Amino acid sequence: MPTAYPLPKDLSPAIVTNTASLLRIIALGLISGAAIASRLFAVVNFESIIHEFDPWFNYRATRVLASKGFYEFWNWFDPTAWYPLGRVVGGTIYPGLMATSGVIYNLLHALHLPVDIRNICVLLAPGFSALTAWATYMFTKELKDESAGLLAAAFIGIVPGYISRSVAGSYDNEAIAIFLLMFTFFCWIKALKQGSAFFGTIAAVFYFYMVAAWGGYVFITNMIPLHALVLLLMGRFSSRLYVAYSTWYAIGTLASMQVPFVGFQPVRTSEHMAALGEHSSSMYQLIFIHLTLTGVFGLLQIVAFAQLVRSHVSSKQFQELLVSAVISAGVMGFFAIVALTYKGWIAPWTGRFYSLWDTGYAKKYIPIIASVSEHQPTAWPSFFMDLHFLIFLFPAGVVMCFRALRDEHVFVIIYAVMASYFAGVMVRLMLTLTPVVCVASAVAMSSLLDTYLDPKEPDTDEQKGRSALVGTTSASIGTSATAAPVAAPKKTKKTKEKEAPVAPGGVLGDLVSGVASSAAAAVQASETASTSKSTKGIFGLDTRFAVIMNTIGLLLFFVLHCTWVTSSAYSSPSVVLASTSPDGSQHIIDDFREAYYWLRQNTAEDAVVMSWWDYGYQIAGMADRPTLVDNNTWNNTHIATVGKAMSSPEEVAYPILRKHDVSYVLVIFGGLIGYSGDDLNKFLWMVRIAQGVWPDEIQEPNYFNKGEYRVDDRASPTMRESLMYKMSYYRFADLFGAQQPMDRVRGQQVPAKGPTLDYLGEHSVGFRCRGNVSNSSSADEAFTSENWIVRIYEVKKDDILGRDLKIANAFSEGKKRKRSKPVSRRKAIRGW
Amino acid sequence: MAGPKTAKLSSPPTTTPPETSVAVSMLWESYMQQTPNRLKLIDAFLAFIVLSGVTQFVYCVLVTNFPFNAFLSGFGSSIGQFVLTASLRAQVNPQNRSEFKDVSPERAFADFALGSIVLHFFVFNFLG
Repeated sequence: MPTAYPLPKDLSPAIVTNTASLLRIIALGLISGAAIASRLFAVVNFESIIHEFDPWFNYRATRVLASKGFYEFWNWFDPTAWYPLGRVVGGTIYPGLMATSGVIYNLLHALHLPVDIRNICVLLAPGFSALTAWATYMFTKELKDESAGLLAAAFIGIVPGYISRSVAGSYDNEAIAIFLLMFTFFCWIKALKQGSAFFGTIAAVFYFYMVAAWGGYVFITNMIPLHALVLLLMGRFSSRLYVAYSTWYAIGTLASMQVPFVGFQPVRTSEHMAALGEHSSSMYQLIFIHLTLTGVFGLLQIVAFAQLVRSHVSSKQFQELLVSAVISAGVMGFFAIVALTYKGWIAPWTGRFYSLWDTGYAKKYIPIIASVSEHQPTAWPSFFMDLHFLIFLFPAGVVMCFRALRDEHVFVIIYAVMASYFAGVMVRLMLTLTPVVCVASAVAMSSLLDTYLDPKEPDTDEQKGRSALVGTTSASIGTSATAAPVAAPKKTKKTKEKEAPVAPGGVLGDLVSGVASSAAAAVQASETASTSKSTKGIFGLDTRFAVIMNTIGLLLFFVLHCTWVTSSAYSSPSVVLASTSPDGSQHIIDDFREAYYWLRQNTAEDAVVMSWWDYGYQIAGMADRPTLVDNNTWNNTHIATVGKAMSSPEEVAYPILRKHDVSYVLVIFGGLIGYSGDDLNKFLWMVRIAQGVWPDEIQEPNYFNKGEYRVDDRASPTMRESLMYKMSYYRFADLFGAQQPMDRVRGQQVPAKGPTLDYLGEHSVGFRCRGNVSNSSSADEAFTSENWIVRIYEVKKDDILGRDLKIANAFSEGKKRKRSKPVSRRKAIRGW
Repeated sequence: MAGPKTAKLSSPPTTTPPETSVAVSMLWESYMQQTPNRLKLIDAFLAFIVLSGVTQFVYCVLVTNFPFNAFLSGFGSSIGQFVLTASLRAQVNPQNRSEFKDVSPERAFADFALGSIVLHFFVFNFLG
C-alpha cells in the first residue's frame, strides 16, 4: 500500500492508543482552560460583578440560600418584590442554579476555603462551560469518533453563541443549563445505543436537574419523544428503544413534578395554570408537548406488547388480534377523552391552542413579551456573529448525518431542524442551536481532516478498489481548485456538473457559502462517484497540504473572531458601562451603582421605589429597597399600573403613586451622554402595556406627532405632559445655559424651557445632585447620577394644609417671587 | 408486555368471538410452552403491577382523588415499576440477546435495581 508520507514502522498498537488517549486528555484540559479563560474578559476589563438584570435576582436568592440554609430559601417569601403583593420565591423559581452554587459554596467552606458567594456566582458559568465542552465531546464521540468529539468540544468552548450567555458574572439559568442539556442528550443516546436502563436512569436524573434549572427543559421534553416517534415511524422500533425511552419517561416525568414551579403541569393543565407560567401561549406549548410525551410513551408500550404477541402466534392470527384490539382501544380511548374533557381535567382545545403554531401570537397580543428584546426574531448577521464559519459547516455536517443515519444521527438531524427553526423565531434560542451547530460542524470538519490526513494513497489500479476512504477529490474544488492534481480529470468534470445544481438548489438555502456548498457537493458527488468508480483517495502531499492549511486558516480565524466578539460584544456587565475616549483610554461609567448606593444609604429601609420593571431586580439586589414591579413578569396588571403612572400626567399619576406607597420614582435617562437603552426609548412599551389594561385612558397614537416619536418642540401634548417625559427632562435645559439643549440619544433638540414638576421632586433628604448643574440653587430632584443616567425623584407627601399640590406650589412660587431674600440665604447654605 | 392476561380480558366484547378466541388460546398455549420460567416470574410481577395500577386508577375515578399527590405518586410508582420491570424482561429475554450486546443479564438486574431505587426516591418524595 503506497502512503503519502512515511510512517514509523516499529510502534506497537498499545503505544499508539496510550499516546492518543493521553493527548486527548491534554487536549480536553486545554479546551476547558480556553473555555474558562475566554469568559473572563468581563472580570479583567471590569471587575468581578454580577451582570445585567435577572442574574441580580439569582444572586440575591443565592445569598439567602448560602446564609440561611436551604429550607429558609425554599420557604422564602419576599415581601419587597411586587409591593404590596410580595412574592413566594420558593415556588416561583427554578432553584437548580441557586442550589448548585449553594452546594459549591458549602463544599468549599467545608474544605476551609472561605470563598465569597459572589465569586462563586460570578465564576459558575465559566466553570460549567468547561463541563459543557466535555459533555459535547462525549456526545459527538457517540456520533463519529474521538477526534470529532475534540473538535466539537473546542468549538463549543469558545463559540460566541454560547459565550453570550455564560461569561463570568452572567449568573443566569443558562449558565448551567447548556451543560445539562448536552449531558442529558448524551445519556439518552448512550441509553438508546446500548439499551441500557442505567443510562436511561442517568438521563432522567439529569433531566430532573435540567427541569430544576431552566425553563428550556421543554426542549428536552420535546426532543426525546420526537426522536422516539420518528424512529418508530421509520420502522426502527427495537427493545433498546423501549428500554431507553420507558426508563427515561417514567422516572423523568415523576422527577420533574418535584419542582414546585413545574408541579402538576405534566399530568394536568387548566386555565389558571397560565398565571404561573410566563405566558399562556407557552402554557399551551407545554400541554401539547406533554401530550406528545405521554402519547409516544403509550405508543411504545403498545408496540412492544404487539411485538411480544407476534412472537407467539402466526401472522394471520396476529392480524385478527390486532384488529379487535385496535377497535376496542379506540372506543375506550374516545370515551376516556370525552369523560376527561367533560370533567374539565384536561384543557379543552380552545382557540388559543392554535397560538402554538403561530409564533407571532405572543407578540401580537401580549405586549410584555414583545417588549423584551431577546424575544425578537434573529437578524441574520447574528448567525455569523455568533457562530462564524460553523454556520457554513453546519449543513454539511447534517448531510453527513444523513449518510450514516444510525439512530443517533436521526437525533442530530431532528435537533438541527428544530433548533434552527426556534433560533429563527427568537434571538435567545440561538443558545439551543449552538450546541448542535458545533456538533454537526465538528463531524463535517473531522471528516474533511480524516480524509486529507490519512496517509494512504489510492491504488492506481482502478479495478482493485480496496481503499475504504470516504474522501473525495471534489472537496478541493471550493477551497483549492487549482492546487489539486486530481486522479482522474473526468471525475472533476463530473463533480463540477454535480455541483452546479446543488449550490443554487434550495436544499441548503442562502446560508450556504462557498465552503459549505463545496463540502455538501463533495458529499453528494462522492456518493455518485462511489457507485461509478471504486478507487478514491488523495494523491501526493501538495493536495493535502493545501487543504489542511486552508482548514487551519479557517480555524485560526474562528479563534480570532470568537475572541474579538467575546471581548467587545459579550463581556459588558451592563451595570457598569465603559466608554473609550479618543486617545483610546477607557472611561468607566458607574451611574447605576452610584444611584443604587445612594438609595441604600439615604432612604428609609421600607421606602418603595417605583421604576420600570427592567430595574426591579437591580434595585432589590443593589439598593435593597422594595420595588413595585421587577423582571419576573407574571402580573401584567401591576406592570401596566406602573406603565400608566409613567405615561399619565402628574395629576393622574399622583394618586396611583400614593396608593402604592411609592416614595421614590427612578428613571433612566441617557440623553446627556447618549446611553440609548434608557426609559424614553422604552416608553412606548409602557404606553402599549398600559393601553392593554386601560384602553380608554392611554392611547398610543396620542404620544406621536403625526406618526413621529418626538421629544423636542413638536412633541405631542400628551407626551409633554407625561410623567416620564417630565422626569427625564426636568431641569435638563439648565445644563446647557444659553445654548439649545440637545438630547444625544434621539438626536433632537429639546425645548429650552423644561417641564416643571408639582407632585414630585421636593427634596427632603438634603442631598444635592452631583451633576454639573450650572444653576445649582436648589436640588429639586432627589438624586441625579454623575452622567444623568439615573434620576431619582421623591414623591411629595400630601400638602399639610390639604391643598392640591399644584395650587400649593403655585402659591409658594408666588411667595418666592415676593420674598427673594430668605431664599437666597437658603441657597447659600445649600451651595456647599 | 403485561402478559397475555390483559389481551384475554379485552377480547370478549369484540364482534368475532370464535376466531379471536382461537387466536387467544393459541397465544396462551404458545406462551406457556415457549417462555422460560424466569420470564414467567417477571410476567407475574408485571400482572400484579397492572392490577395495582388499575385499582388505584379506579379508586381515583370512582371514589376520590383527594390526596392528589399520593394518587399521582402511587400511580407513577406503578407505571415506573412496570416499565422498569418490562425493560428488565426485554433485556434478559434470550430472544433479544443479539440486541443487547452491552447488557448482560446481571448488569440488567443491577440497572433495574438502580432505576427502581431512583424511581421510589422520587415517589417517596412526592407522597406529600
